[in-house]
Amino acid sequence: MANAENSAIRYLNPPTVEVRKKKYCRFKKAGIKYVDYKDAEFLKKFLNEQGKILPRRITGTSLKFQRKVAQAVKRARSLALLPYVTDLLK
Amino acid sequence: MLKQYETVFIATPVLSDAQMKEAVAKYTGLITENGGEIVYEEDWGLKQLAYPIQHKTSGFYYLIEFKADPEFVANLEIQYKRDERILRFLTVALDKDAIAYAEHRREMRAAKKAAPAPAAEEAPAKKEEVEDVEEYDVEPIENKED
Repeated sequence: MANAENSAIRYLNPPTVEVRKKKYCRFKKAGIKYVDYKDAEFLKKFLNEQGKILPRRITGTSLKFQRKVAQAVKRARSLALLPYVTDLLK
Repeated sequence: MLKQYETVFIATPVLSDAQMKEAVAKYTGLITENGGEIVYEEDWGLKQLAYPIQHKTSGFYYLIEFKADPEFVANLEIQYKRDERILRFLTVALDKDAIAYAEHRREMRAAKKAAPAPAAEEAPAKKEEVEDVEEYDVEPIENKED
């Protein structure tokens, strides 16, 4: 007859459960309506080190604003405000 | 009906100040002559390019906000293309959010320029906004990237 205490799984160290912060769209939160292609410093937050646009699953941007960010980044690239390809952008 | 546009062009760095002014005058003149009106102009000065264009690593940036007939824009772009002084240009139609943003940006710039004291009041306000936005994402982004 197994008693309740023995059958329950015991851990030496309490298992670490990762608490994920919920992602949110920074544009919606801050009430930004227009993404400016002239502000290269701001757009850099949405790029990785090679100058590629980061996906939504990482930045948490909503689809509506991801499209706008992408548009703005591409405009900034064509004006040589941002590079098309690079290493060590940040 | 007039629509609001915004155009940025990059001129070659070999131009002298006078030549640059002349180039700017040419395009502003072109806009006003064709029934448009200039809303705002901004000289960004000589800036480093993110990548070389026509073997040049820097250029004079100039921004013009204007209202014009939609048909005129094609005309303006043809002029850009024919002009050897222009390395790159971009013309964008502004929607209502963009116009609101442009006005806000203009005010911020004017405040900054006009008096350092009032600018100090406004600058922190703007900074807060920016910081707010900055704080969250930077870390999660970097973590995932690695």
